[in-house]
Amino acid sequence: MTILEFEKPIVEIQKKIQELKEISESSGMDVTAEIETFERQAMEYKKEVYASLTPAQRLQIARHADRPTFLDYIKLITTDFIEMHGDREGMDDRAIIGGIAKIEDKSVVILGTQKGKNTKENLVYNFGMPQPQGYRKALRLFNHANKFNMPIVTLIDTPGAYPGMKAEETAQGTAIAVNLREMAKLNVPVIAIITGEGCSGGALGLAVADKVYMLEHSYYTVISPEGCASILWRDASLAGTAAEALKITSEDLLRLNVIDGIIKEPLGGAHCDYEKISDDLKETIMRAIYELQDVSPKKLREQRYNKYRRMGVFCQ
Amino acid sequence: MTVKDWFEQRKEMQIARRNKETRIDDSVGNLWVKCYHCNAQLLKKDVEDNLEVCPKCGYHFRINARTRISQLFDEGTFEELFGNITTADPLEFSDTESYKKRIATARAKTNMNEAVISGIGKIDGEITAAAVMDFEFMGGSMGSVVGEKVTLTMEEALKRKIPMIAITASGGARMQESILSLMQMAKTSCAVAKLNEAGLLYITVLTEPTFGGVTASFAMLGDIIIAEKDARIGFAGRRVIEQTIRQSLPADFQTSGYLMKYGQIDMISDRAGLKPLLARILRLHKKS
Repeated sequence: MTILEFEKPIVEIQKKIQELKEISESSGMDVTAEIETFERQAMEYKKEVYASLTPAQRLQIARHADRPTFLDYIKLITTDFIEMHGDREGMDDRAIIGGIAKIEDKSVVILGTQKGKNTKENLVYNFGMPQPQGYRKALRLFNHANKFNMPIVTLIDTPGAYPGMKAEETAQGTAIAVNLREMAKLNVPVIAIITGEGCSGGALGLAVADKVYMLEHSYYTVISPEGCASILWRDASLAGTAAEALKITSEDLLRLNVIDGIIKEPLGGAHCDYEKISDDLKETIMRAIYELQDVSPKKLREQRYNKYRRMGVFCQ
Repeated sequence: MTVKDWFEQRKEMQIARRNKETRIDDSVGNLWVKCYHCNAQLLKKDVEDNLEVCPKCGYHFRINARTRISQLFDEGTFEELFGNITTADPLEFSDTESYKKRIATARAKTNMNEAVISGIGKIDGEITAAAVMDFEFMGGSMGSVVGEKVTLTMEEALKRKIPMIAITASGGARMQESILSLMQMAKTSCAVAKLNEAGLLYITVLTEPTFGGVTASFAMLGDIIIAEKDARIGFAGRRVIEQTIRQSLPADFQTSGYLMKYGQIDMISDRAGLKPLLARILRLHKKS
């Protein structure tokens, strides 16, 4: 498992406790009380560290190599997932995966960006950066949900839409724009969750939703902190400064009224406890579905429109 | 270096120069300007009389929103709306300079409140709502004010049941408003959905340059999409793509012609032809 810089002291303490345990076992000395005290102190320390992380440090958790991916969540929160491939126009973009499934007793259309956990997987999933065809596949699935009256759940973890030559030639901008417009017209509940990176139009193209949630350590921004730093400060190494200035944490976005709620992560981040984070994710999704399922399509569209209509801060 | 390489390099340098500054160089004096595209020395008045198009090589220079409006709308018919909406600084953003200061500088430089002018006017007698973007104001970037004014203009079109035209010129979303800028993409696209549902005509005119969050929202959602000659239009910037794919891109990459070749726009218009073209389209969609 990858150990982040700020995790090192915690890992160090845990190692010492382990050593102490081994010594007590081999020597027959009873140090249970001491170990308990140490463990309590270690826990307190860990809580303190995670409560005071900088945006740049949380960025590392959001991008952690072991962070649960879309397919991990599919395994843990859905039953009977059937993948639906392709945009029906010539391509099956692997950066966006989706299909039909059951979450508890509800049939849903669920889709999201998929990242790999190693280089080999990342080459398959293109690091979670969709091509225009991925957004078109998503739209096809949205329309399927609309036709068969199923709620839509999207899980988003992407560094952005892929900036490539072919992506431009096949209209990346248009593909995202069309999704924004068509998501506004959907008659079924749409629930979007930023699970890791929520970068720019690439994330928004799956996130025009009735309810938008973020995992505690995920981030959602108009541009990656690295991109912003290299444009505004002309120095990509100032990404930490940019991350702070851009106000990209889940708490910032809740304060700015852009999202509807935060899903707390297990201590140490989502990668420390897949089951716990999946349970909480599932609970949030179900709560949203129950809240929205009896709202009429017309009302749903109206509410969604008004939600985005209100966004923005200006003087008048 | 082979002769072919030399030509390639020369072409690339020309593009680099063009990308750096596509406006005319008026440092040569008050009367004369220089075309960056063909290097010709030109009389300023000749360029102005020619709709800011180089009389020698036909290259279309960038123009600001007010010039665009005066070129397109019948004299005295354009009524500006929502001009009182101005920029806030919700994130209290500061990079090497504070956002407030950048806004103040942009206002002083352009004599505009923000990067878009909204209004209602007549094009060859045909009434339409319009939002015209201005690249000179912070690179035409879309923050809360641009998103709000574009949306309000579309809602005005809905209220009056008239067509809507968006003329874009933008580097993309405004970083200084971060997530709130991103949300303007959703807001404006949702407003386009309303125009669609009401059956109102929505035309977009993409001008040099149109990129990022504006491309990926209301710019590419026109019922009819016109690109102006010599415009560069795309989602990601050329440099970002080159760094990602680690190969150089074709010389005409992301030009109006390139987009036309790949079926992304309906047509290309030169500046002189734009007004009559818009008038014809508006007339053809008039309900008899």
